[in-house]
Amino acid sequence: MAARTESEVAPIKNRTTVERKSERELVVTRTFNGPARLVFEAWTKPELFRQWWVPKSMGMSLLSCEMDVRVGGRYRLEFAHGDSQAAFFGTYKEVTPHSRLVWTNEESDEGSVTTVTFAEQGGKTLLVLHELYPSKEALDAAGTGAADAMGETFEQLDELLVTLGASAGRS
Amino acid sequence: MVQYMSARLDASFAALSDATRRGVLEQLGRADASITDLAETFQMTLTGMKKHVSVLEQAGLVTTEKVGRVRTCKLGPRRLQEETAWIERYRQLWDARFDELDKVVEELKRKEKVDGRKNRE
Repeated sequence: MAARTESEVAPIKNRTTVERKSERELVVTRTFNGPARLVFEAWTKPELFRQWWVPKSMGMSLLSCEMDVRVGGRYRLEFAHGDSQAAFFGTYKEVTPHSRLVWTNEESDEGSVTTVTFAEQGGKTLLVLHELYPSKEALDAAGTGAADAMGETFEQLDELLVTLGASAGRS
Repeated sequence: MVQYMSARLDASFAALSDATRRGVLEQLGRADASITDLAETFQMTLTGMKKHVSVLEQAGLVTTEKVGRVRTCKLGPRRLQEETAWIERYRQLWDARFDELDKVVEELKRKEKVDGRKNRE
């Protein structure tokens, strides 16, 4: 009941879509209920960026977040996941206030180039995030990486499903 | 609803975690096939292939229909491609991020209003 009350009060949630445009490209789109300059600000000020980039459901925490948002400037994000740590870093290639950001992901040779555009209309902002990977394999690896943490669970479930399937087949 | 969705996703991932089952989906993407056809194509026993098809069926990726003595398999109503499951997982990540970003944007809007009032005073 509590959840229902909350959802009635909250503004209508905009839908996030993800599309694989080609073998090497992923596109994420989402509308935000605010002007482009504020959405852009939330992407370019580290103290704001760190408030949303690592949601609790990721099971990770952000240890540090450095962003030098200008052409040729660098960023570095450090995460903790259980006992392990990971760092993501790269360089800003384009910075056009309130409308466009381009950066590289340099933590591996197979890193993507990310382009984010902000288009304002009627006080709302349509955000399009485009990721271009150097190869199909690199995109596949990045995608399955997102599901890797759950791999073991899936294998166990897999065995269970085979067992269930076998008993269903007998009946 | 969320639990139901994630149970469906778990089943999809599990179904897709096996190379033979991914092969079966690719095969059915080209044409419907009987379990006997599939067993021959993948050089398996009928029983083995029945198990695989059953896993795919439970994940909603495949439907089967028995006509006479032949059980025909086709892609299920969801017609998921092999990669759709991880794209959905990826979408959920961005969706969670953007829900948090919504809050940041709301807060910035609220601050602007307050500051705007102050500036007028």
